[in-house]
Amino acid sequence: MSEQVIAQNGMARLLGKLGRKVLGAVAWLGDMASVTGSSLALIFVPPWQGKHFVLQLYALGVGSFIIIAITGAFTGMVLSLQGYYTLAKFGSESLLGSAVALSIIRELGPVLGALMLVGRAGSSITAEIGIMRVTQQLDALQMMAVNPQSRIILPRIVATIIALPILVSMFDIIGLAAGYVVGVEMLGVNAGAFTGEMIAKILPEDLYAGWTKALVFGALIGSVCTYMGYRAEPTTEGVAKATTQAVVIGSVGVLMMDYILTSFFL
Amino acid sequence: MIRAEKLTRRFGDTLALDNTDVHIREHATTVIMGGSGSGKTTLLRLLAALDVPTSGSVWFADEDIAHVGRKRLYELRSRMGMVFQYSALLNSLNVYDNIAFPLHEHTKLDESVIRTIVSMKLEQVGLRGFEKLMPSELSGGMAKRVAFARALAMDPEVVFFDEPTSGLDPISAGVVTTLIHELTEKTKMTSVVVTHDVHAGLSIADHVILLWQGKVIAEGGPEEIRHSTDERVRQFIEGRPDGPIPFSRSKTPYIDDLLGQTEGASK
Repeated sequence: MSEQVIAQNGMARLLGKLGRKVLGAVAWLGDMASVTGSSLALIFVPPWQGKHFVLQLYALGVGSFIIIAITGAFTGMVLSLQGYYTLAKFGSESLLGSAVALSIIRELGPVLGALMLVGRAGSSITAEIGIMRVTQQLDALQMMAVNPQSRIILPRIVATIIALPILVSMFDIIGLAAGYVVGVEMLGVNAGAFTGEMIAKILPEDLYAGWTKALVFGALIGSVCTYMGYRAEPTTEGVAKATTQAVVIGSVGVLMMDYILTSFFL
Repeated sequence: MIRAEKLTRRFGDTLALDNTDVHIREHATTVIMGGSGSGKTTLLRLLAALDVPTSGSVWFADEDIAHVGRKRLYELRSRMGMVFQYSALLNSLNVYDNIAFPLHEHTKLDESVIRTIVSMKLEQVGLRGFEKLMPSELSGGMAKRVAFARALAMDPEVVFFDEPTSGLDPISAGVVTTLIHELTEKTKMTSVVVTHDVHAGLSIADHVILLWQGKVIAEGGPEEIRHSTDERVRQFIEGRPDGPIPFSRSKTPYIDDLLGQTEGASK
């Protein structure tokens, strides 16, 4: 066989492998959209899942508050510290308040809040649904004429969509307060300049941008994490793999979506 | 009661069920037996409409439940119950709430009535007084009995049992099989039991279906099966490793693979 034929065969195999991967990814996305879409459509179909939604909102929101508060506080503190030393080089310390606020509200609040939610609550959603799959609890619900998509998936997706903007707002408030403490109380930036600049530079559009990102990230996390659990291979290893994949896909998805939304809002 | 016609189920290249016809008799216990991988759980899941066949139909109450819409299927499911291999109790609910679950979901009964029904069902399975225990606090046998009580909660016409005695000690297994037998007789329900436990299966069966490689190889009353002259049936009943049902499931003979490797190496 000539070297040219061998090279052509190698290229064909490579293209075939790549094509199969792309087709697999498209099929995966299609299936996830189908499961999420058909679950969300059940929001208009009785029985209403209000009680289960409130329980999930409580578990997601209250359960994630501490980690969000800690992350928000340290993000505000480090931003203030780093921002001060950078701005001091140009004699613009008075801009610290607006720099910290814009960074947190437009970017770091939604992104870090979403990443924390994927790690803390998203993984637990996937593991919980995956274990229900392994132990046949989802089948048992079906046999009792209860639709698992309506009872299990829908309340979790809706709760994630609603919980994340609330958590991000808390992240923002705590981050700004922590930034103020470091900037004004520790580094000696003028309090009036810090808050005045902050209030003057933050526009309603900045707040809308942050909340829109939180809403989209919430929908993304809810969809990915519930889907991965719902379609987990019914083995212990399958649930572990699905949980890891949910965190990885959720985190990478948040970062990719952040770039798209940021370019849209700028 | 339930009739499966020309039922085929494929999982990729694997043929789990091959053009199988099955008839489940009303007010009787039908036991589906067969070795591991013979297709019995696949058949049970298809009969309960938990899976969709590659081809064929499953008739329940004159409707093909393999192809009805979800709404109608859920209506028909309220006439069915199922006891799963690993009980499948809802982890977050205690024994009472697990048994009351279908009643809360599908009826508007007063809580005091539901409490009475739960108590009655628990008495039937010999576990009254255990209402507050969580599934994690139950032994395997107790969990199976609670699952049985939950399956009976809506007074179903047909109850499916997937390996009801697997993983249980002989006493617990005896208790569960006795319960299936007694409750089927008392309540005049239809029971479909999947098991590879020959002793338990034949002791409670009114009708036995024996599967091998996704096909029905024998069918009849327990005595007919016990005295069958079919070598495959005899091997299964007697639990012999040698016979027409091979021990090895390797796709190619090992000796051929070994010789192939040797020839390949010598080249």
